[in-house]
Amino acid sequence: MKILVAVKRVIDYNVQVRVKEDGTGVVTENVKMSTNPPDDNAIEEAVKIKESGKVKEVIAVTVGEDKAQETVRKALAVGADRGIHVKVDGIIEPLAVSKILQKIVDKEKPDLIFMGKQAIDDDCNQTGQMLAALLNYPQATFASKVEVKEKSLEVIREVDEGLETIEVNIPAIVTCDLRLNEPRYASLPNIMKAKKKPLEQINASDLGVDIKPRIEQIKVEEPPKRKAGIKVASVAELVQKLKNEAKVI
Amino acid sequence: MSREVMEYDVVIVGGGPSGLSTAIKLKQLNPDINVCLLEKASEVGAHILSGNVFETKALDELIPNWKELNAPIKTKVTKEKFLFLGKTKSLSWPTWLLPKVQQNHKNYIISLANLCRWLAEQAEALGIEIFPGFPASEILYNEDGSVKGVVTQDMGLDKEGNKKDSFEPGMELHAKVTVFAEGCRGHLGKQLINKFELNKGKDPQQYGIGFKEIWEINEEKHEEGMVMHTAGWPLDNNTYGGSFVYHAENKQVFLGYVIGLDYQNPHLSPFDEFQRFKTHPAIKKILEGGKRISYGARALIEGGLQSLPQMYMPGALLVGCDAGTLNMPKIKGSHTAMKSGMIAAETIIENLKENRSLSSYEDKFKKSWVYKELYAARNVKPSFSWGLILGIIFTGIDQILFRGKLPFTLKNKHADHDSLKPSNEMPKIDYPKPDNVITFDKTSSVYLTGTNHTDNQPVHLKLKDHNLPISYTLEKFDEPAQRYCPVGVYEIQVENNLKKFVINSQNCIHCKTCDIKEPSQNINWVTPEGGGGPKYGNM
Repeated sequence: MKILVAVKRVIDYNVQVRVKEDGTGVVTENVKMSTNPPDDNAIEEAVKIKESGKVKEVIAVTVGEDKAQETVRKALAVGADRGIHVKVDGIIEPLAVSKILQKIVDKEKPDLIFMGKQAIDDDCNQTGQMLAALLNYPQATFASKVEVKEKSLEVIREVDEGLETIEVNIPAIVTCDLRLNEPRYASLPNIMKAKKKPLEQINASDLGVDIKPRIEQIKVEEPPKRKAGIKVASVAELVQKLKNEAKVI
Repeated sequence: MSREVMEYDVVIVGGGPSGLSTAIKLKQLNPDINVCLLEKASEVGAHILSGNVFETKALDELIPNWKELNAPIKTKVTKEKFLFLGKTKSLSWPTWLLPKVQQNHKNYIISLANLCRWLAEQAEALGIEIFPGFPASEILYNEDGSVKGVVTQDMGLDKEGNKKDSFEPGMELHAKVTVFAEGCRGHLGKQLINKFELNKGKDPQQYGIGFKEIWEINEEKHEEGMVMHTAGWPLDNNTYGGSFVYHAENKQVFLGYVIGLDYQNPHLSPFDEFQRFKTHPAIKKILEGGKRISYGARALIEGGLQSLPQMYMPGALLVGCDAGTLNMPKIKGSHTAMKSGMIAAETIIENLKENRSLSSYEDKFKKSWVYKELYAARNVKPSFSWGLILGIIFTGIDQILFRGKLPFTLKNKHADHDSLKPSNEMPKIDYPKPDNVITFDKTSSVYLTGTNHTDNQPVHLKLKDHNLPISYTLEKFDEPAQRYCPVGVYEIQVENNLKKFVINSQNCIHCKTCDIKEPSQNINWVTPEGGGGPKYGNM
């Protein structure tokens, strides 16, 4: 068995994101970038399954500009065997990423495809689902526990009502929740070894897929500033304000 | 615990200007040399904070074609101003009357963090292995007492120090020579200075705390290339400090304030002095209509030559501000730090090749232009112990008339942690409330630093005596940690009428001020888990 894990390079979750003055996007210049956090969980799960002996190979793939390779290298440093970088400049939409991943799946024929449940930059939560549709594979989204059986997966999903357990046939797509596991640290020797692991580079334009944007972005702006709170003297005053001013009860 | 070991010719601790310059120079002199550089930040540059008006002298020597290589050094200084501030008035001092060392027309306004990122690219292209996110936490010694290398931080320990599932032990990095380039008050540098008594016969080291904010201001107020410094208000005559306002590219202004950590009044809050400074009419008018986009703080070294420790010891060298090579009257340390690293590299190459003693580092350093600069600068900072006005008069005579050649050397008399007077003897200071337009509180400021430390790890701000903050420091000095910490790590909380000293270590931005200023030296800053701390952009 083989697992393909898709990882994305995003603005680090600790950085306070700043909107560009002209409203065309957010500032990424000189901003610390990292792997999308739930993608780290996806890699960790794949590597764990490999360590249990059920899988032979873990391949990390990313779609993005040159620097996105760092994300693949990090995946290699925590246990992925080889990497693929599909080069695209500029912003790329989930549908386009799904089409690119479909081509990679056609080529690599993995049994399982893992990725984060969503990316913390655009919060789309679409790529896994769209890829499942394109491939006509079953999907298990928001996975917080994954158990590999002979020809299927048992997956516990984080849903609004609680936990849902489903079984999907292999090949399948799993999108990972942050609760799935605790990603390991990359050790120094493994970072060095990762530099020597194979990393194939492919130009998106050579894959023959239409990745033109389908969404027109009109404007990016900061959320309105939160107004300072006030102190109320009594419960009665609070109820009165909730009723008449906030109009929530 | 048995740890994995990696062997190198040279291990460098710290990816700032001095460490990166050491690395680059080593590879230039010997392409086959095996060098690794450790950086505690999540990436090179993320813990770098500096003004910065950059003098290219050292870089011209290290990478003469830096312009062709597109170094992020673009904004030439075009205009200079020096203001003395009164509470509402300001007096502009003619720049031709400034000492030569304070004139900047050949220099550039840069982001030192970005320069370090660029230097790291150059170093990696030469084959240096750079490991961001790996703090050096301990020093290793050979049996003969010489430095053997360092250990990287253990990752994945919980609050009590137990191993979590994700535990990853630190590694031993052994080197023929280890270079410590941690910057001001490096926590390993501090240990080495003590162990090898490197500061024997030297004056106590002097420090300052520097704040910086980046503002995006209105186009019509922005004068790209303009460099302005101020002295005076809001500080009193006895407190050493001043501001900088640099108009950088992209309508940005780098605005900052430096206060000597030898201040005496425990009620003084450096953060609030900086905030208050921005309300001066001469400053406020620049910022109005603009937006603050970054905030940070870092301690800096001000002791100069009198306090500069011996920079070599068996098996290791100190470079840059891990020793203290900043030129105070110039308010610049990047070029001297870089040069000290380059000299260290030359020393190491000779040491490895010809077995020449590392002590030749100091001889080379003494013959270099850095030493000349620091020698001429040596009397400026100590003269301000007589107060701002006398300090300025003396500095005028020393720097303009005698160009630093007066036949005597003033001393740095006290360590900064000894300078506080009891709180009941000193006036309380009533700081105005932040308006959230020009001035801000610590909470909204720390948010801009992007600092974070993974939950459930050991507290990296260690108290030698856990009772001291409440039993002594609160009583005598009204626990000044509440005020000198630029991000509010330290708080006194009252629970059931009992006072409690709280350390919010996750907010720490690695400025080291507490380690320096704590009156009993009760706080020891050690490295947290790798990648923790601020995520500065173009600071």
